[in-house]
Amino acid sequence: MSKFLKACAGALLVASPALADGYGLGRPALTEEIAAWDIDVRPDGMGLPEGSGDVFTGEEIFSEKCAICHGDFGEAVGRWPQLAGGFDTLTDQRPVKTIGSYWPYLSTVYDYVHRAMPFGDAQSLPADDVYAITAYLLYLNDIVDDEFELSHENFAGIRLPNEDNFFLDDRAEVELTALSGEVCMENCKDSVEITMRAAVLDVTPEETKARQLKDAVEAVRNPKPKIDATADMAEAPAEEPAEEATMQMASIDTELAAAGEKLFRQCKSCHQVGAGAKNRSGPVLNAIVGRTAGALEGFRYSRPMQAAGEKGLVWTEDELAAFMANPKTYMKGTKMSFRGFKSDADAKAVIEYLKTFDSAEM
Amino acid sequence: MTSNPTRRGVLGAGLAAGAAALTGRGAKAQAADPAITNLQPWNQALGDGVDARPYGSPSPHEAHVKRRNVEWLTADPVSSVNFTPLHELDGVITPNGLCFERHHAGIAEVDPARHRLMINGLVDTPLVFTMQDIMRFPRENRMYFLECAANSGMEWRGSQLNGCQFTHGMIHNVLYTGVPLRYLLEEAGVKTNGKWVMPEGADASAMTRSIPIEKAMDDCLVAFKMNGEALRPEQGYPVRLVVPGWEGNMWVKWLRRLEVGDQPWHHREETSKYTDLLEDGSARRFTWVMDAKSVITNPSPQAPITHGRGHTVITGVAWSGRGSIPRVDVTIDGGKTWHQARMSGPSAEKSLHRFYYEFDWDGGPLLLQSRAHDSTGYVQPTKDQLRAFRGENSIYHNNGIQTWYVNEQGVAENVEVS
Repeated sequence: MSKFLKACAGALLVASPALADGYGLGRPALTEEIAAWDIDVRPDGMGLPEGSGDVFTGEEIFSEKCAICHGDFGEAVGRWPQLAGGFDTLTDQRPVKTIGSYWPYLSTVYDYVHRAMPFGDAQSLPADDVYAITAYLLYLNDIVDDEFELSHENFAGIRLPNEDNFFLDDRAEVELTALSGEVCMENCKDSVEITMRAAVLDVTPEETKARQLKDAVEAVRNPKPKIDATADMAEAPAEEPAEEATMQMASIDTELAAAGEKLFRQCKSCHQVGAGAKNRSGPVLNAIVGRTAGALEGFRYSRPMQAAGEKGLVWTEDELAAFMANPKTYMKGTKMSFRGFKSDADAKAVIEYLKTFDSAEM
Repeated sequence: MTSNPTRRGVLGAGLAAGAAALTGRGAKAQAADPAITNLQPWNQALGDGVDARPYGSPSPHEAHVKRRNVEWLTADPVSSVNFTPLHELDGVITPNGLCFERHHAGIAEVDPARHRLMINGLVDTPLVFTMQDIMRFPRENRMYFLECAANSGMEWRGSQLNGCQFTHGMIHNVLYTGVPLRYLLEEAGVKTNGKWVMPEGADASAMTRSIPIEKAMDDCLVAFKMNGEALRPEQGYPVRLVVPGWEGNMWVKWLRRLEVGDQPWHHREETSKYTDLLEDGSARRFTWVMDAKSVITNPSPQAPITHGRGHTVITGVAWSGRGSIPRVDVTIDGGKTWHQARMSGPSAEKSLHRFYYEFDWDGGPLLLQSRAHDSTGYVQPTKDQLRAFRGENSIYHNNGIQTWYVNEQGVAENVEVS
């Protein structure tokens, strides 16, 4: 008896509603519906669409669509994934797992780039662009030369160097027996020493620096009883920032800044502020008011932004407000994809909030 | 003492509370308790009516009980994770609003009327289901934990994060209502060469994984309710896959497609990610099952002992992807002596279990650990035992025993011991 029939027989015995002939639910999928959704690609090439793209074209598309997170050469910006290099690091203390050093199959690159990239604009790239980007990634990983063109025809012939280093889960054989059985309950050790402490690293998250500063400012301005049982204890103001805050932030409108902090949430996926802020897809905004446009070291600005700075554009509060009201009109060619604040009051509030980060170091 | 205001705030409040009730019943009250002698506002005034809170939320006094993220972990909160506040919960069910979140392209806001589930590939009849179609199949109710394979992944090289929320909070335990995946696949008719199933999500990451047909036909569910109500958007509303006991990444949310194939797909989440790099540079793939694991949730770094010496309750959770948890051992001296903990609450396969160990605290330093035994006889290993098998370069599947050091003040810290 087949497994299927057995299952049905068993089901009938316990009066399960499972029916041998099915329930007659759903409807047949149309060919064009399957074609619209069936985008997956396998190592054997199954699922690849017709098309081709070369390294040179891939470089252009990559620098336009991908480099903002992954870097021009796949070296990664911030904590975004590094895509190239890392060869021979898999046994290092800090292995660098890239397409070239770790990934077993090229089909995964094509499938993922088409399925989920560019981040926030998934499935927007035509097949030829995906082939070109994939070819460029092969080139960045020293697997092909700069003349190479990738297509559905030569795709399955390309092997990634680390393919053979993967093997099937063997925990059942290697670990389970060794870790099963009797345990010691008494007199198991003579002594116990602490060998490592989390407090040494102290990377446990706190509420944001911005929130602490705001609270600190408020605490100085409107002293409240220290203990408020309903308050989130994690947000209790630290004492040191309070002192700093009174010195540095005398001219901040805290209410407006608090409103700005809320509005700033929509900026946060690209811009960081506060201690340890790093450039992401947008530059760090600490001490932005009074800074020369396009001048922060280590950030790749658009050409127009850089040129404006060279011509002497300084981010005064008024200039910032004008930029934030309609970025694309204010500066044609800016990389900032934000469509602009609807009201001047919103822009002013965000600027007020940004002014609480008035030190470039933080 | 560090300059961490989180810990300072908790500690300060803890000490204050501890001083007030230090010795329990032995202490005589110095003065009448104003909580008794004063008329409280809620003793006198009227509260909100039944029309004020059509969908209820917790008391404002519980506002600190929330999911938290670790900003430095990921490049962007849209493709990131937050953590269940295990130290604030008891029992075995995770409330829907506190179930940790992991998205790869943010929370998809799906209109159920425009959601479809397609089955294609190696089937007799490729099918399309509406949500209404799915809900006409026979349903089942089953309780399962979902643990991210990267839970405790930051701890491979040593203690990093102070709080079980951060070290162990990528887990939740939910009662699902859903249709056995087998019914849907059988409706389409799996061909004899159909050996793998690939679920795919409808969000902008279009998450995919390869699942062997044996598992798909065994206990997987296509679920649309969690703890009785519709799935939350962040948990895959209107429909998600439930893959009991296996790593959370496979439980595809916003499930829109199931493809049947004769080989695995080797997509990003089963090659670049969710493979386990070992010390010699080779890597395990398809490490689906979550090994048995436990953690003491109270006390823990975010939940210090605030009552001083005397009767003390230790509690925590344990789970296994291979079965149930008949037994948990607890030590308060770093593993010299172990005590069998008391299990309480429902015991289901591949579900969270709750344990307690009560003892009389003498006020001295403690080294707390818990050790889970699962129904296969497997015993949760120490972190060093795990490292002996795997090295330190794995990210996933760290199920090693957790140690909390509790000092004389009752403050707990994440440590490792010899």
